[in-house]
Amino acid sequence: MSKKETESVIDPAIKRKQKLEATNIRVFYDDFEAIKGIDMTIKANKVTAFIGPSGCGKSTFLRLFNRMNDYVDGFRLEGEITIDGKNIYKKKVNVEQLRKQVGMVFQKPNPFPKSIFENVAYGLRIQGIKDKKFLQEKVEDSLKQVALWDEVKDDLNKNALTLSGGQQQRLCIARTLAVEPSIILMDEPTSALDPISTAKIEELIFELKNKYTIIIVTHNMQQAARVSDQTAFFYMGELIEFDNTKKLFTNPAKKQTENYITGRFG
Amino acid sequence: MNNITKNRIKDKLFRIWGIACTLVGLVLLAIFIGSILIDGLQRIDWSFITSLPSRKAERAGIFTALMGSVWILVLTTIIALPVGIAAAIYLEEYAKKGRLSNLLEINISNLAGVPSIIYGLLGLEVFVRIMQMGASVLAGSFTLALLILPIVIVSTREAIKAVPKSLRDASFALGASKWQTVSMQLLPASFGGILTGVILALSRAVGETAPLIVIGALAYVPFAPSSPMDEFSVMPIQIFNWISRPQHGFDVNAAAAIIILLLITFIMNGIAVYFRNRWQKKFK
Repeated sequence: MSKKETESVIDPAIKRKQKLEATNIRVFYDDFEAIKGIDMTIKANKVTAFIGPSGCGKSTFLRLFNRMNDYVDGFRLEGEITIDGKNIYKKKVNVEQLRKQVGMVFQKPNPFPKSIFENVAYGLRIQGIKDKKFLQEKVEDSLKQVALWDEVKDDLNKNALTLSGGQQQRLCIARTLAVEPSIILMDEPTSALDPISTAKIEELIFELKNKYTIIIVTHNMQQAARVSDQTAFFYMGELIEFDNTKKLFTNPAKKQTENYITGRFG
Repeated sequence: MNNITKNRIKDKLFRIWGIACTLVGLVLLAIFIGSILIDGLQRIDWSFITSLPSRKAERAGIFTALMGSVWILVLTTIIALPVGIAAAIYLEEYAKKGRLSNLLEINISNLAGVPSIIYGLLGLEVFVRIMQMGASVLAGSFTLALLILPIVIVSTREAIKAVPKSLRDASFALGASKWQTVSMQLLPASFGGILTGVILALSRAVGETAPLIVIGALAYVPFAPSSPMDEFSVMPIQIFNWISRPQHGFDVNAAAAIIILLLITFIMNGIAVYFRNRWQKKFK
């Protein structure tokens, strides 16, 4: 796996894809320092997992990439985050545009209290797309990508809240895919789901990584080991270790990482 | 006596006390409504509702006052609704949280507690005199709109606040702007709550007397208003006027008018409760 890893980085087709770079990142909530100086480069078309105990800053760090922390009172950022070399925190950056490019799936499935169709179409509608045929095709295509189409194709007008939790989460992923992002952030996407739904989502992540760059925050270390290519271990606002998933789980360089993955704390 | 029985007795005593307190309010209200019904019910018929005011109690009706109230209600809604909801959206979604927004917040809550007659004086000076609206329906509506604005703002903010944060997150994360999130997610989701607040505020406005008397609403108008600039009377003023007359017949009229006014407020509150329940069901 690690050999394939190094090869794929040189692959010119993937080189064109977007690379995320975080340089000397510090995040403050008022006086509290949530992230204490982190550098990280995330590879395109790979799944990168963020692990670490609660409150270690992994979710905060994830939300930097689509600027979802901007709404938190007292939030302040130092350092630079670039996608494809462009600083996404520059003043003139269009945040709405950025979020179309960097989609996000949340911890708890959060479909809109609207029909299944409208949930998937929402991201397109807000871009001003009204063409019915295009919307229909896009909705079908997105639902097929998350393997939900066959389950819901006959009741697209049903309220999305009537779906099961696992279906709702796949719907939320479909909704994200519909706006064609290149990067998808997932904030503990399976923590509210049963094992079968979780397995389906993990399968989905595996398929999606051919087309998207995925970052997933998870509390479940088996999950990180199963789905990710790279894993970052966060502790107390610091990046302790960031490496190939296989290497990190079988032969961690740091004692803290080893303690965490062997379940000695966290 | 051990501790457990002691506590149980205390528990029982408090329950009885609680029931008594609850009953005081209810019983008084029931007695009041009962006596009003006994006095006024026989007077209510179609002609009572459609007749103009008269010096003779048995011929007098509430038509002009009722129409005045309806005009006031409609115009007050048109004025207060957009302003109140927009202010609430601004404070809740756009305003930076800080000292200024705190100050605004406290002041709006305080405004809700200002005696209504003060609003009447404000309306008299600003709308009737400076803006030269005279003692018109429009001046009355503006005055009452000011009066209920704080209530509309506070209840709208509560309704918007009650929308789960996850909905906001979902919308923003898909690239929606603030306004798109507000108009396509937050407002539809909080519609029931906003409506409840607005209706409750309006049912307060429909019962207001003091500010309208101050701006010069009349107790006797021979015609129902036909434009916003007409003079007007409203139900509570008509009731007040009738009660202050010596003849017994007018007491009966007042009781009958009270029944109709109560009916209007009960219906409005009923609609508010209905929307609240429906809205709650939709989101749980």
